[in-house]
Amino acid sequence: MIHVEDKKFVVPGEILAEDDFYPGRGTFKEGDIICSSLMGLVSLRNNKISVIPLKSKYVPKKGDVVIGKIDDIRFSMWGVNINSPYSGILPASEVFGREKKELSRVFRIGDVLFLRVVDVDEVKKVKLGLKGRGMGKFRKGILVDITPTKVPRLIGKKGSMINMIKDKTRCKIVVGQNGLVWVKGDVDMEQITKNIIHLIEAEAHTSGLTNRIRDKLYLLIDGELPKDLETDESKFDENQLNDENNSNNLNNDSNFDNSFEANEDELEKPKLENFKDIL
Amino acid sequence: MIFIITNDIVSNKERDDGRKLEEIRPLKIEAGILKRADGSAYLEVGGNKVIAAVYGPRESYIRRLLRPDTGVIRCRYNMAPFSVDDRKRPGPDRRSTEISKITAEALRPSLLLERFPRSMVDIFIEIIEAEGGTRCAGITAASVALADAGIPMKDMVVGCAAGKVDGEIVLDLSEKEDKEGQADVPLAIMPRTGEITLLQTDGNLTEDEFDKALSLAIEGCKQISEVQKEALKNRYEA
Repeated sequence: MIHVEDKKFVVPGEILAEDDFYPGRGTFKEGDIICSSLMGLVSLRNNKISVIPLKSKYVPKKGDVVIGKIDDIRFSMWGVNINSPYSGILPASEVFGREKKELSRVFRIGDVLFLRVVDVDEVKKVKLGLKGRGMGKFRKGILVDITPTKVPRLIGKKGSMINMIKDKTRCKIVVGQNGLVWVKGDVDMEQITKNIIHLIEAEAHTSGLTNRIRDKLYLLIDGELPKDLETDESKFDENQLNDENNSNNLNNDSNFDNSFEANEDELEKPKLENFKDIL
Repeated sequence: MIFIITNDIVSNKERDDGRKLEEIRPLKIEAGILKRADGSAYLEVGGNKVIAAVYGPRESYIRRLLRPDTGVIRCRYNMAPFSVDDRKRPGPDRRSTEISKITAEALRPSLLLERFPRSMVDIFIEIIEAEGGTRCAGITAASVALADAGIPMKDMVVGCAAGKVDGEIVLDLSEKEDKEGQADVPLAIMPRTGEITLLQTDGNLTEDEFDKALSLAIEGCKQISEVQKEALKNRYEA
């Protein structure tokens, strides 16, 4: 028996369903009843009931791509703040291979990096790496912070939302799965993008968001709405909050991968040859 | 002239502030009022004004508190110097240290922090104005703030007090009733299962009176619990 509908707002402790259903993320089972453990929206898939949180903290997972800020330099590793309860480490070996170099010559405290989570062990030590397409250091640009569960919404279906913002503001945008977003473009456009991203975060749970964001973008940038706007609501809005599908998009979706490529000239690969020359 | 007081009149008796015996004070809760906290809540009950803020789960900077199997919570209850009629000396004292401890212990059973081992959740409860029953108000507000922060929890803990004033068992004591009354029983429960997470007693009660106070306080908690849920819904369905 079920007590709630799909996409209904629930609070912690609310009874969702009894037997016949499987408890998914954001829920727990107590005897025969399934209850919500979070404040969020119900998601029903076949017989699996889960709750998608409206706010959360990022818990690192192997294979995720994240944006992090260097906050410590130790003997053979960098300490990286990845906007999570667990700070990450970037071992020097990930950057130089076997050679030993002076770490502060490569990345300094405050540098913003695009990284991959290489491993998370049982004591929650998060090992980060730079191997992979588009990984490296960001130059200039601003960082915007959103709650990680809203990352799928910011990207939209097959990157619809993020590509629309990129087209309109002509900013370069990179989204990390830890909820940090890097934006680079004109100073004004950076601010507009930042505001738009915060707007998406605040209204992620409402429907018809892609169209509203599009209108807002036109108003902020052109000052008026173009006349031949199509208002096809159904195109974007289906289940965009469903994180399982969209988080995968982040890695697999072709549109989004392209965006990494476009950014590659912005990312600075540590140039090992040069260091050899210096030393 | 002789007045005959019947039972009927006694049970309809009004309290000093015009409430019935089993009536709570007017209550208002708002979630998400602080921009920089991960979760926050503002609560007003009678003359009490309380702000609760939650930060975390975050990296524990106090190593000795770290637990490898689960997350930990820390709580600070603080009364503003201007919250009471006579200025309160700022800083922690015996009373606020005790309330900090019991608040953390009242909230802990509801939280599912196993998903965040080696992390820490900080709760700050600030009493802006006090008028009796601040520890229960603090627990109620902190619970809303925890839910607002997106921390997984089994249920939202809710607190309410009952007590004995002029020989009557009454619900939700005001400051005056607390001082002049004979007993005060603050209680915190998880309303879905009815588990009690906090129970204190100050004063003298017979066994029957205690049972009556307890069941009255549970009823009060259930009423407040609805307002808590409403507060979270209002935040997103405005």
